[in-house]
Amino acid sequence: MIRFRDLHKSFGPKRVLSGLDLEIRTGETLVVIGQSGSGKSVLLKLLIGILDPDRGAVFVDDVEVTSLGRAARQETACKFGMLFQAAALFDSMNVGENVAFGLKRRTDLDEAAVVKIVADSLTKVGLKGIEHLMPHELSGGMRKRVGLARAIAYQPEIILYDEPSTGLDPIRADAINDLILFLQKEMGVTSIVITHDMVSAKKVADRIAMLYDGRIIAVGTPDEIRDSPDPVVQQFLLGRADGPIKNW
Amino acid sequence: MTGEPTSIFNRFFEQLGEFSQLTARTFRSFFQKPWESKIFLQQLEEIGLRTLPVVSLTAAFGGLVFGLQSYYGFHKYIGQGTEAYGGPIIAVGLVRELIPILVGLMVAGRVGSSMAAEIGTMRITEQIDALFTLWADSVRYLVAPRTAAAFFMLPCLTLFGDFIGIACAQFYNVVLMGVNETVYWRNTLMYLDLWDVLSGLVKAAVFGVLIAIIGCWQGLETEGGAEGVGRATTRAVVLASISILITNFFMSEFLPVTL
Repeated sequence: MIRFRDLHKSFGPKRVLSGLDLEIRTGETLVVIGQSGSGKSVLLKLLIGILDPDRGAVFVDDVEVTSLGRAARQETACKFGMLFQAAALFDSMNVGENVAFGLKRRTDLDEAAVVKIVADSLTKVGLKGIEHLMPHELSGGMRKRVGLARAIAYQPEIILYDEPSTGLDPIRADAINDLILFLQKEMGVTSIVITHDMVSAKKVADRIAMLYDGRIIAVGTPDEIRDSPDPVVQQFLLGRADGPIKNW
Repeated sequence: MTGEPTSIFNRFFEQLGEFSQLTARTFRSFFQKPWESKIFLQQLEEIGLRTLPVVSLTAAFGGLVFGLQSYYGFHKYIGQGTEAYGGPIIAVGLVRELIPILVGLMVAGRVGSSMAAEIGTMRITEQIDALFTLWADSVRYLVAPRTAAAFFMLPCLTLFGDFIGIACAQFYNVVLMGVNETVYWRNTLMYLDLWDVLSGLVKAAVFGVLIAIIGCWQGLETEGGAEGVGRATTRAVVLASISILITNFFMSEFLPVTL
C-alpha cells in the first residue's frame, strides 16, 4: 500500500502541492487526473524519490520512504518501474541496452539470462526483435512501449505511468491502454497512471483521483467520479473552459 | 530584485556551495563500486583521441608564435647572434604556462561544452530521472567517469602539446631563421628541468577536473528546453575558461619553482 500524507511541495514561489492526502491499495490501478501543471508528475517523482517534499510524508508498505537517506531511497526505487512522459530512453544506447540497463544493475544475472528477459519484455509490449534499433529510429508509440519494457523488465511491484497516451494518436493511445490492462492482469502489479486523457482514465482505472489546487478533491470508481456533484470535477470531465477551474 | 548586490553575492555562494557539493560527491564516487569502466574508456577516447587534432594545431601555432617573439626579442634588444639563448625561455614558458593553458581552454571549449550539452539534454528529457529509477546514481554514472578521464587525459594531451610546441618553436628559430641548432638545444636542455614539465602536467590534471565537473554541473542544473541547454553550454565554457585562468595564476604562484 502507498500513502501520501499532508504532502507539500513548492518550486520557488509556485506552490504545487499543498496538503495532499491519498492512499493507493495494493494491486489496484489508480488514475490521477488533473490539469496540465497541476503537480501530477511531481507526485510520482515524490513517490519514487527523485524529488523530496517540503513537508509531509510518503509511505510505501508502511515504511516512511521520505525520511530515508538518498542511498536508501534509491534502494526502495527498485520496487518501482516508471514509464516517463517522453519515454526517457537513453539516446546513446540501443533498445536492447536500454531495456537491460536496470536489470544489469539490480540483478546478478548472466548475459544470456539478461538477453532472454530483454527479449521477453519486448515481446510483452509487442516489439519483438528490435533490440538493435536506436531510440531515434523509433516512432513515439514504439518509444513508449520500449520505455514500458524497460520499466517491467526487472519485475517491479509498482508501475508508474506518466502521461502514457500523451502525444499518441487515438489508436496507439488505446494500444497503450490495452498494454496497461494486460500488464496489470499478467503481473498483478499496483499501478498509478497520471493522465488528463479521460478516455484512457475510464478504460484502465479501478479508481480515479482528481488533483486540483494542490490537493486531491475527489477519489472514487470511474462511475463515482462521473456522477460527482463537484463542479470542478464536472468541468474537467466535460472539458469546458468556463467554470470554477482557474485556467491560467 | 535579482540584480541587487546582496542577491548576486548570495547567488555566488549558493553556486559555490553546489559546485563544492558536486565535487565532494564525485571524489567520494571514485572509491565506491561499481566503477563505470565502460564510460570511463569512452571518455578517454572522447577527451584524448578526439581532441588530439585541435590540441596539435593549437600547440603548433602557440610554439611558432612564441618562437617568433623570442627570436625578435633577443635579436632586437640583446643583439644579433643571441637568439639561440631564447631556447630555454621558450621551452620553460611553453611547458609551464602556455601549453597547459591552451590545452585547458581547447578542452573546455570542445569537451566541457559537449558534457554540458549532453547531460543538459538528458536532464530536460528526463533521462537523469530515469537513471535514478534504474538504480544508477547520476554523479557516479555520469560525473565520476568523465572527471577521472579528464584528470588522466589532460596531462597526456599537455605532454603531447609540449613536444609539438617545442618542436615548432625550434623549427621557426633553427630552420626558418637559421639560429645555431647546437647552441639552441644545449641551452634548452641545460635550463629545462623535469619539474618544469611536471608542474605543467600537474596544472593540466587540475584543469581537467575543473572542466569536467563544471561541464557536468552545468548540465545537471539545466532547466527549460533547448534554450536552457544552450545557456548551460555557454556557461560551462565561460566558467571553465575563467577557472582555468584564475587557478593557473595561483598554481604558478604557489607551486615550487623547482623541486
